[in-house]
This record gives sequence, structure tokens and C-alpha cells, in this order.
Amino acid sequence: MNKFIPTIISRPQSSNIMNIMVPIIAVLLTLLTGSIIFSLMGFSPLFALHTFFISPISNAYGVSELLVKATPLALIAIGLAFCFKNNIYNIGAEGQLTMGAIFGGGIGIYFHDTNGFWLLPLMIIGGAIGGALWGMIPALLKTKFNTNEILTSLMLVYVALLILDYLVVGPWKDPQGYSFPKTKPFSESGRMPLLFSGLRVHFGLIITLILIFFSWFIFSKTIFGFQLKVSGFSPTAARYAGFNQNTLVYLAFAICGAFAGIAGLSEVSGPIGLLYRDISPNYGFTAIIVAFLGRLHPIGIVFASLIIALTYLGAEDAQLFMQIPAAVGFVFQGLILFYLLGAELLVNFKLEFSK
Amino acid sequence: MSNFLIEFNNITKKFPRVIANDNVSFEIKKSSVHALLGENGAGKSTLVKILYGLLASDQGHINYNGDKLEISSPSEARQKGIGMVFQHFSLFESLTVRENLILGIDNKISYNDLKVQLEDISSKYNLPLDLDAPITSLSAGEKQRVEIVRILLQDPQLLIMDEPTSVLTPQEVENLFVTLNALVKEGRTILYITHKLEEVITICKEVTIMRNGKVIDSCSTSNQTAKTLATKMLGEKLDELKTDYTHVKNSINFSANNISCSFNDPFFTDLKNISFHVNVGEIFGIAGVAGNGQSELMDILVGENTKIDSGELVFNNKNIELLNPQKRRDLSIAFVPENRLGHSAVPELTLNENILLSQFPNNNFSKNGILNRNFIEKHAKNVINDFNVVTPGSDAKASSLSGGNLQKFVIGREISTKPKLLIISHPTWGIDAGAEHSIRESLISLSKNGTSIIVLSQDLDELIEITHRIAVIFDGKLSEPLNTKDVNITHLGLLMGGKNE
Repeated sequence: MNKFIPTIISRPQSSNIMNIMVPIIAVLLTLLTGSIIFSLMGFSPLFALHTFFISPISNAYGVSELLVKATPLALIAIGLAFCFKNNIYNIGAEGQLTMGAIFGGGIGIYFHDTNGFWLLPLMIIGGAIGGALWGMIPALLKTKFNTNEILTSLMLVYVALLILDYLVVGPWKDPQGYSFPKTKPFSESGRMPLLFSGLRVHFGLIITLILIFFSWFIFSKTIFGFQLKVSGFSPTAARYAGFNQNTLVYLAFAICGAFAGIAGLSEVSGPIGLLYRDISPNYGFTAIIVAFLGRLHPIGIVFASLIIALTYLGAEDAQLFMQIPAAVGFVFQGLILFYLLGAELLVNFKLEFSK
Repeated sequence: MSNFLIEFNNITKKFPRVIANDNVSFEIKKSSVHALLGENGAGKSTLVKILYGLLASDQGHINYNGDKLEISSPSEARQKGIGMVFQHFSLFESLTVRENLILGIDNKISYNDLKVQLEDISSKYNLPLDLDAPITSLSAGEKQRVEIVRILLQDPQLLIMDEPTSVLTPQEVENLFVTLNALVKEGRTILYITHKLEEVITICKEVTIMRNGKVIDSCSTSNQTAKTLATKMLGEKLDELKTDYTHVKNSINFSANNISCSFNDPFFTDLKNISFHVNVGEIFGIAGVAGNGQSELMDILVGENTKIDSGELVFNNKNIELLNPQKRRDLSIAFVPENRLGHSAVPELTLNENILLSQFPNNNFSKNGILNRNFIEKHAKNVINDFNVVTPGSDAKASSLSGGNLQKFVIGREISTKPKLLIISHPTWGIDAGAEHSIRESLISLSKNGTSIIVLSQDLDELIEITHRIAVIFDGKLSEPLNTKDVNITHLGLLMGGKNE
């Protein structure tokens, strides 16, 4: 009767080679599907794919822009992995990013006429503390009152954005700023050093790479990483093992908040240089896609952040040169996610048609 | 017209590893309360699910009112006049009683008609209800009343009740019995599933006893006593036992003193003053029908629940009732809870990783929080070899192992460190005979090497085979322990059915 509907059967062991191939296969299938869509729209697929994926990064400036966009995405996503591995759905990274920018940026504004090697490190620490404290609020509510962290962390995003709003139109407004809602610029030593002169890619990239390595070490080599994983798969088993689950919730939120806070700080002290209303084009939310696209794995997240950053740049170029809406970038994000999840399923399961 | 409402004819239902119903045949008389009695796993639930359209039998058929019953879903069963009250209620907690009743009705009915019907049912069967009360505010007994009324609205001929008293207070039980008697007087028939002997004799006219999927007897309750029913329910177990007491030392290794714990939750059994002790090298069994407080007691013994009302746990003269599981492991106590998948092992993780779930002192799996992968893998391989776990390797996921092999792995992990005390729940639940045998062997040899073992199990054969002493848990209370060598099966059966002579 169900001859044509296959049953999904778990494979005893997934092939390691196929595990590595999954993202590559997903990207290839995305390109294939993308070409079909473009040719249906009447564009030469090669030209379209070139415009979308190659021309944005065909020069040093393009690569630098790609890294500028990928840096906060990767940093927030790896922080989110601490939460998601533990089945904590912190979707308020945007708020934690904003709070990090306020704390770290606040230090930068206070010392706007001071220079010193200590200023930037102090701002980074401030950013981390700001983000971590903001992340601890949903953690506290979850452990004490059993509230749903999806709701609380999301709502706190808007609270943080409104606090930033209030600060830049109120007490922190630049008196010489012609009434624009922005603060005084940070002093030179409160800015992220540029890695190459003339390009916007900045020291935040180095911090991100260090923190990604740190996270990889935690995830794969420590008891703490193991505890996060077990508690995510099965809270009952975690209780049996004797892990303190409240501590795990606090730590995951604090680490994720700190990472997002550092990402926020490196945005304002990197490309921006002061505080104003729109410091982040929703990096905190887009990073959720990056985290899952990277399958919560540090290396996966690095690639995912580059791919997602590229779809943004590519969409801008496509709008400019092909007159198609920038929303086509989301189509590509969706395709990648679809093929990735599909391929991942087939690595762990096989389809069997009943005879 | 025959005077039987239901006739089961040679019902057989096979599952992959067990025959749940083996040629089951018996009849249920019209307007009577008919008990279906048996231990857990005797096949009662399977049979009832077939009757209610939740499962299809492999062979045989059911006659209903003399005609062959052909249904494939519960809603068809309800249309034919068969209703069922499940052990776990299916009510919408945030809605009111009235809303829940309306939602449960298959056919349309006007609001006024419903009101008239409800008043009629409430007064006739002693089922008072406050229609505007939200379900959350009701006691377990009141919720059950809502369930019963919901089914009576459909005017059923047969009402199936699955362990209806398991969540009720004694007063609520009395009220339920009044209701049941009123229903029978009306000409309705009740199939009453239970393991409580007392209730069978109080409320039921006929009883069918099942054991291992077979009908042992179907008879009138008038000439039965709790004792005769207990024997039929449990069977005559092995009479010659060769329990070896020689290695049991006369010094106490572990004791639980007056443990009480109340949960305020109808689906948890409150523990009342539980006391027992285990000697060095002794295997102590706790028998009982599921749902009498075993899992609650297990959580306290493991340390997953440290919020007890009163009492103490003493291990080697040290109080441990406040310690978490890891701190108890540090004292060399090992645990195997009942559920393998997601409790004693994480199915999504590899065997190597599952080794890490329980760390004992001096097994060096980590140093300053950093894992020692080589050591973990070596240990996992040792467990796999020593306990004959069939698996492609130590990096296979736990979910890829069969139940028996995973259980061998989990038990191997726990006992390879030679703990001083092992607390194990249902060691051979749901596994094949070969693995069962090897697990029992390893428990016995562990005790011979001086480990004390506490075994919670519903499997009396198992307890009689491996333990030195057995106590029975019923409704959160633990009986006086009996020496396994002079244990009397009837006596055990009475204790399990809640009858203490």
C-alpha cells in the first residue's frame, strides 16, 4: 500500500567522510538550484552566479567587507552554540550585543578625550560584562521562575534597543552633533586597530578567531562542554550524572551574552566609531541561522558566517547590476539551509522502500 | 441474545519480543463489574487496547452483543457504545469542566440539552461537578469524575476503567464505587483493570486473571479470597531455591531510615516512612507492582531528588541524603536507573561519551576539567570486552545498540569500578533471555566480591533468583523484608496487592 513512501531508518554509524562532505554537497546543490532559478528568470546562470558570489569578493576591498560582516556573525553564532547545545533557546543575542555596545561604548565616550593602550581592552571587557549581564536576566528568570527564555530573551532585545535610543537622544547625545541622535566619537585608542590600511577589516576579526578556538577547545576537550551536550540531549541523564543544570544555564547565557557583547563593542569601536541608533543590521538574529547552518560546530560556524555574509553582499550587487530585489539573498539562505538539513538527515538515516 | 456483552475469542497479539496476548478467551456478563487482574506485563493493557480499537489483534475476534466487533479506532468504539477512562487523564488543564465536556462530544448537541443531560447524570450516578471550575483547580478524583461524565454523555454500554483508583484518596475510592454500582444497576457493564486484590473482591462480581499473556482463570469472585487470587496472579514460582548466604557479612553497609516524601501530585506516589538496611555483600530486593513508589524511591536513592520531607540515608556511617549523584559516586556508590534511553545513557552520544556520564574516583577521565580521551576510550573498550557487548565499536552511538547490549554496557560501566554499593532498578527489563542471564550472573558475582546491591524490580522470578532478602513496596510503604530462602509466594502476592495479614 505504501510502496512508494520510504521508511526512514537510522544508520548504525554515520560515515565520517560524508559528514565532512555535507556542507560541500549542500553548497553545490544550492548553486545548481540557484542557476535553474536564474535561468527561469531569464538571466544567464553563469553571469548571475558570478554577480552573486564572485564579483562581490573579487577584490581586496570586497574580501575585507565580507570579513567585516562575517566577524560579528561568527562571534555571536559561536556564543549561541553554548546555549543551543544545551537546548536553551536564547534568541536575544541582538539585545546582548546592544548592551555590550552600551557598556563598552559608554567607557569609550567617558574617555573620549583620553588616549592610552588600556582604553580598548577596558572597553572590550566592558562590552563582555554588559552582554553577559543582559544574558543573565533570562537565565535568572528561567532558573528561579521557570519562565520561557525564548520570550524573555526576545523581549529584552527591545528593552536594550530602547535604552540605547534613550541614551543617544538624551544624556549621551553629542552637544556638537547638530541634534543628530549620536554620541561623541571615541578617541583614537578607543577604536579597533585596522588590520590593513585602507580596508575596513579590523582587530575584531582576531578576537573572534581566538574566541572560536577557545570555544572549540571547550566543546571538544572539557567536561564543561560535555555537560552542555548531555544536558541538551537529555536533562534526565544530566541529573543522573549529577551535573548542576542551573549552573549550566547561567554559564551558557553568560558566555553567549559576553560574546555578543564583544561583537557589539567591536562593531561600534570598529567600523562605526561612536554610538547611534542602528549599530547592528540584526546581526544578533541572523547569527541564529549561522549557528544552525554551522551545525553548532566552530569550523562549521566559520564557513556559515562567510556564506551568510556573502549572500548579503551578493544580494546588494545583484540589486545593483541585475535589477532584482535584494531579497533574493534570503532565497539563497533558505536553499542552503534546506539542502544542509536534508543532507545531514541522510548521513544519519537511510531511506528504505518497502518491497 | 446471549447474556454476554463481550466475548473474547482466541485473541492473539504478538510484539517483536513478546506474545502480549496468547489465545485469550473469556466472556463478560451484561450489567456486571468484571475485573481484569494481573501483574504489569501480563497483557491486560494490550487486550483492552484491542477492545477499544487502539490495536488490532493478529488472530481471533471479539463478539459484542453477540455480533462480531469490527472497529479500527477509538471513535468507532465510542460509537458502538464502548467508553474508556484512562489511568492518565486527557483533559485540557486550562479550560473549564464545561469546555472539556463539550470538546469530548463527537456529535453535536445543543447547550440546553447538554445541561439537562449533565444534571441528570450528576444526580443519578453521584457525580457532582462544578461546570465553571478550571480543570487545574480540581483534585485527581474530580478530574476522574469529569472523564467519567464525558464518557457517560455518550451513553456507553461498556465502560473500561484502567487502574481507576491508582490516583485516588480512600474517600474518593468509596465515591467511585458508589458510582460504579449505580452504573451497573442501570444495566451498564464495567471492565475494571487492576492489580489490587482488595478491590476485586469488594467491587467486582467476576474476575479474569491474566499472567504472561494467557488467561489463567475466569471465575466469580464470590468464592475467592485475596490469597487465592494472589496465587493465580503470580503463579507457583520456583519452590527450590539455592540462595547462597555464605558471603553476606553481618555488618550494615547502607540503611534508609524513615524516609518520607510527599509530592502533592496525583501522578507521584508519596513515600511513607520507608526504612531498610543492606548488609555487606547482600542483595536486597524491593518488589512491587509499578507505580507504587519505586521510581520516587529510586530518585531519592540515586540523589536526583534530595528534597525529602524527613528521614536519612546512611552509607558507611555517613549521611548521604543531601548529596547529589556525583558526590555519592565519589563514595563508591553506583546506580543504574530503569530507563536506558535518556537516563542511564544518552542515545545520541557514542559509547565513549556515555562512559563519562558516571565518573568514579580514580578513573582519571579528566584532569582539571580537561578530558583524557585515550583513557575514556580504553575504559569503554574494556567494558565492551568484559561484558560481551555486541557493538561495531566504542564510537558507535548508544542508540545503535539493542536494549540488552546497551543494558550490559551500562551495568558494565557501573560495576567495572567495583563499587561498594550498587543500586539498580529493573536490571533486565525489556531485554532478551541471553543478556538477562548474563546480567543476573554478574550481579551475583559482584555481591560475592563484597558489593551490596539494592534491586528494585517487578519481576518476582528475578528477585527470587538473585536476592537474599525481599521487601515489597505498596502505595509508598515498604513491608518488612523476608528472607528469600523461606519466602512464600502467596504472602508476596498479598503484599503486592496491598493486603497485609
